[in-house]
Amino acid sequence: MSVMDQNTVRKVARLAQIEVQDSEIDAVGKKLEGIIGFVEQLSEVNTDNVEPLSSVNDIPCPLREDVTNDGGIVDKVLKNAPDSQEGFFVVSKVVE
Amino acid sequence: MTDLTALSVSEALAGMKNKEFSAVELTQAHLDAMDKARHLNAYIVETPEIALKQAAESDKRYAAGTELPLDGIPTGIKDLFCTEGVQTTAGSKILEGFIPTYESTVTSKLFADGAVMLGKTNLDEFAMGSSNTTSYYGNVVNPWKANDSDADLVPGGSSGGSAAAVAANIAMLTTGTDTGGSIRQPAAFCGVAGIRPTYGRCSRWGVVAFASSLDQAGAFGRSVEDCAHMLKSMSGYDPKDSTSAKLEVPDFPALIDQGVKGLKVGIPKEYRLDETPAEINAMWEQGIEWLRSEGAEIVDISLPHTKYALPAYYIIAPAEASSNLARYDGVRYGLRVDGQDLQETYRKTRAEGFGDEVKRRIMVGAYVLSAGYYDAYYLQAQKVRRLIQDDFKKAYEQVDVILTPATPSSAFAIGENEDDPIKMYLNDVFTVTVNMAGLPGMSVPAGLDSRGLPLGLQVIGRPFDEASILRTCRFLERASAFKAKPQFLMNKAA
Repeated sequence: MSVMDQNTVRKVARLAQIEVQDSEIDAVGKKLEGIIGFVEQLSEVNTDNVEPLSSVNDIPCPLREDVTNDGGIVDKVLKNAPDSQEGFFVVSKVVE
Repeated sequence: MTDLTALSVSEALAGMKNKEFSAVELTQAHLDAMDKARHLNAYIVETPEIALKQAAESDKRYAAGTELPLDGIPTGIKDLFCTEGVQTTAGSKILEGFIPTYESTVTSKLFADGAVMLGKTNLDEFAMGSSNTTSYYGNVVNPWKANDSDADLVPGGSSGGSAAAVAANIAMLTTGTDTGGSIRQPAAFCGVAGIRPTYGRCSRWGVVAFASSLDQAGAFGRSVEDCAHMLKSMSGYDPKDSTSAKLEVPDFPALIDQGVKGLKVGIPKEYRLDETPAEINAMWEQGIEWLRSEGAEIVDISLPHTKYALPAYYIIAPAEASSNLARYDGVRYGLRVDGQDLQETYRKTRAEGFGDEVKRRIMVGAYVLSAGYYDAYYLQAQKVRRLIQDDFKKAYEQVDVILTPATPSSAFAIGENEDDPIKMYLNDVFTVTVNMAGLPGMSVPAGLDSRGLPLGLQVIGRPFDEASILRTCRFLERASAFKAKPQFLMNKAA
């Protein structure tokens, strides 16, 4: 069985938004398959009636007043931008 | 004259208070030592100007008698903590040149207590690794060498630079983060102490995120007491981290000397693995014997789901990473590689900016979260995580702390375990359960193996009971009388 065939690797790479060259597909697939094979042993654990654990904290999610407590720092926000103009991030055209 | 870089935190604080030496002298001694230790590659960026400026401010406070708890202590900061005005890379090419415009809560707290920043320490890329060999900024070299080989050894990871820096006396304290063992495993490999506190004890705000439900900041020092000092300064509630715990921070350094008499120490049978080297099991037995002879009560316990912790971790951590690392898209910060359109820009940026291990984990995460696989992998892993936490809850009805080995081996050569990701992952087999259950854990050096390399013992505690861990580790530290020093320092002295 090969869960990580070429199409699956391409699909996963697309979901992950990572370009994978055709020449790399097999090698990448092989390593991913090793990891997936390793984690597959979880299927042998009986988890009937077990609640999934998403957070180890028992504390309730804290709420705060719905007020503005930050902002007005455009220069700071844009400081590390690869490209910015007039207070905005610049990206290539996305609407034809 | 005393080697200022070899002092403990308490000795350094007393020395500055008594005007035996100044904070600037202490910092300069460390900066000079860093010059001579460049080949270890423990730091990605050194910040001597900031360090000397902070040290001069410390000296003013000592002169005025208004000194702070860590005033003038030379500290290394893992390059995963955002530091305002100082490049923060997470060990990745994708963040090369990223200069945060804000300061992480943990570093803010350390500076507010007078700590001096020597620089940003090297790490595995995005804290993903157990050898510090995935850093874009090069491998860190362990200051220890085996007695039968001249090969450079890994310092462990992901906080490899932090562990190596403390071991090589080029920082008195360092910060680390621990998502699956990234403080405790390198501490064991470098013969130093390292504590990962309870999830929620230290704020994650301003720490580059890897797996948010598992990540937690912690401390490295050459002694348990040194770690206790740092942990006290780093900890505390932060409204900017919704998972931060609203609890008083105990006076950790004052709590370490209570001894272990009457303490109930659990020994989990599932940690006896066939493949563990005999020397490591012998060290564990020795630790049990030390505790028993001091009057601790040794209790055999069972943590039945231990073997599933690592596979569950390698679903949950990559899943969270694939979500957290989606932000590196070449738009707001970091590297951008332009493509024909925006989608291609994302893909090219991420292909060039991330290293192989990071890409692998993002793809594993995307896979286990994808339609059709979510229930079988991700949801099942979260259920197993509940079972792991329940195992510990049951154990803590019987015992106060749990004693285990820290790692399944001592430090290995750079380049070993690189062929198969699973081999590298198995380094965390004894540490990862702690992260899955959100518990505190500490590694303390307990002896040397036959190759002359340090081995660590791990003590695991109840949630928010770091104090019991510290006192147990303090006792183990005294019982083992671990005084060995890495070859790097022996050669320096010769």
